[in-house]
Amino acid sequence: MIGLPHYLIVAAMLLTIGVFGIFVNRKNIIVILMSIELILLAVNINLVAFSAYLHDVAGQIFAMFVLTVAAAEAAVGLAILVTFFRNRGDIAVDDASMMKG
Amino acid sequence: MTFSANFSLVLPEVVLAISALLLLVWGAFSKKTSPVFTGASVLALVVAAAFAIHGPHGHAFNGVYSSDAAATYAKVAIFLFSALAIVLGDRWLAARGDQKFEFHVLVILSALGMGITASAGDLISLYIGVELQSLALYVLAAFRRDDAKASEAGLKYFVLGALSSGILLYGASLIYGFAGSTRFADIAAASHGAHGLGLLFGLIFVICGLAFKVSAAPFHMWTPDVYEGAPTPVVGFFAAAPKLAAMMMFARVLGDAFPDAVAQWRQVLVIAALLSVFVGAFAGLAQTNLKRLWAYSSIANVGYALLGVATGGEVGLHSMLVFMVLYMVDVTGFFACLQALSRDGKPLETIEDMAGLVKERPGVALAMTAFSLSALGLPPFSGFWAKFYVFKAAMGSGDVVLQWAAVIGLVGSVVAAFYYLRLIKSMWFDAPAGVVDKPQPTARAIGFAAALFSFPIVLIALVWLDPAAKAAAAAFGHA
Repeated sequence: MIGLPHYLIVAAMLLTIGVFGIFVNRKNIIVILMSIELILLAVNINLVAFSAYLHDVAGQIFAMFVLTVAAAEAAVGLAILVTFFRNRGDIAVDDASMMKG
Repeated sequence: MTFSANFSLVLPEVVLAISALLLLVWGAFSKKTSPVFTGASVLALVVAAAFAIHGPHGHAFNGVYSSDAAATYAKVAIFLFSALAIVLGDRWLAARGDQKFEFHVLVILSALGMGITASAGDLISLYIGVELQSLALYVLAAFRRDDAKASEAGLKYFVLGALSSGILLYGASLIYGFAGSTRFADIAAASHGAHGLGLLFGLIFVICGLAFKVSAAPFHMWTPDVYEGAPTPVVGFFAAAPKLAAMMMFARVLGDAFPDAVAQWRQVLVIAALLSVFVGAFAGLAQTNLKRLWAYSSIANVGYALLGVATGGEVGLHSMLVFMVLYMVDVTGFFACLQALSRDGKPLETIEDMAGLVKERPGVALAMTAFSLSALGLPPFSGFWAKFYVFKAAMGSGDVVLQWAAVIGLVGSVVAAFYYLRLIKSMWFDAPAGVVDKPQPTARAIGFAAALFSFPIVLIALVWLDPAAKAAAAAFGHA
């Protein structure tokens, strides 16, 4: 029987993968955007699992809001990425280092 | 409660949402800004602030949104400083022949998001407000599309901001699961007495996410890069209104949803506050770029405000609210002066650029000296009163940890005095490095007004600000 703890563990694993994807990844900014989506996915699994467990609909409504905002966030992120690419001609993470100190 | 009664409570936000949409259509058809367009944007924010002052108080939409004295206090400050940011940004872009109507709309949309967070009564409305504010701010940071530094600043801000939203959200999902509700009032009931480990775990995640937003150490690493790369008036905006909004989020979550878990969150906040004060003081010593320097200064100041939040209760939140508004005036004035100055068309950005400013532009130099002395915390400037409130609250709390934290914070502000004094020394005693252009009049006027507020107007303003903040602080804990 798959219960609440299983869902929470999957979500925690996805969150960890997402956070590591942002900090360890040294190659590509698109991978960072994917990691951010992974974090939001972890949150959604948590919310829906709790919602089913508590027999409370608020969690599913929250998940809908998260999905919508995630789409908007990806749109803004990609738009900023395009301006970055236009200025640099590259989207490697190591290139984002004009400012240091 | 009828729909119209709910509606009258959220009127400030409705005004902003509708005016943002109308301005967007207007801008899309006229394709350029005009003084009338800027005036209309400012008017929308002022009208929203007026509605916030005169609107009724209460909880709308089943407690998802609460309109109380605290929301009013924060919203008036946020909306008025956003209006100032529109004027400053418009002048700055006009000086570069790059006026875009999107700037005004984005500032209004972020002000709308900040207004929602300031009166959030539920985790969902908190999240929607945070995202509305942040998405607009990411775009503002990268507003100069052809500037490589600005787009890098926008990208860094976006990646770390999205990460912090994700962490905040993960905490919110845990709180929802272990409290059984997203409403602050229900969470407060669930966290009363014996609180489970799951709930505290969620709370720590939320605090980490909010610390990112407010740029408190150890989550401050995006701040210097974003401040250096983003356009100067945008930085002035970043350092003012969004900081107050993020502090309000702290106060809402901790004061409304977790009032009984003080012992648990106080230690976390004290550590974050002291780390911020010291990172701001010591890392600032090595900086020569003024925008970077003021980023570290803002990290240190956030530390003092967090000390006020950590004190908690009516006294602590009162000190935080007074501190933030006084700080916002200072930082807005400083960046207004900074954007007014240029030499041969190039902006002055480093401490060396400021050399001998007093001989060429005595007024602006005097104003910037006032802001530096105020940030240093020298009486009788406003920065002294701001810190006085926070330290008094911490000392009077009767908690030994907080009293020591106040003493250590005081040491941090002595260390930070070095870089403020270095700027003053450069302006007053070094040889001029060349002829400074005529300052941009609007930005200079706003800078002068803020300097006059720093001293002596602050003494009169406190008579009115103090009771307003007191009433606002008393409103927390009644979600």
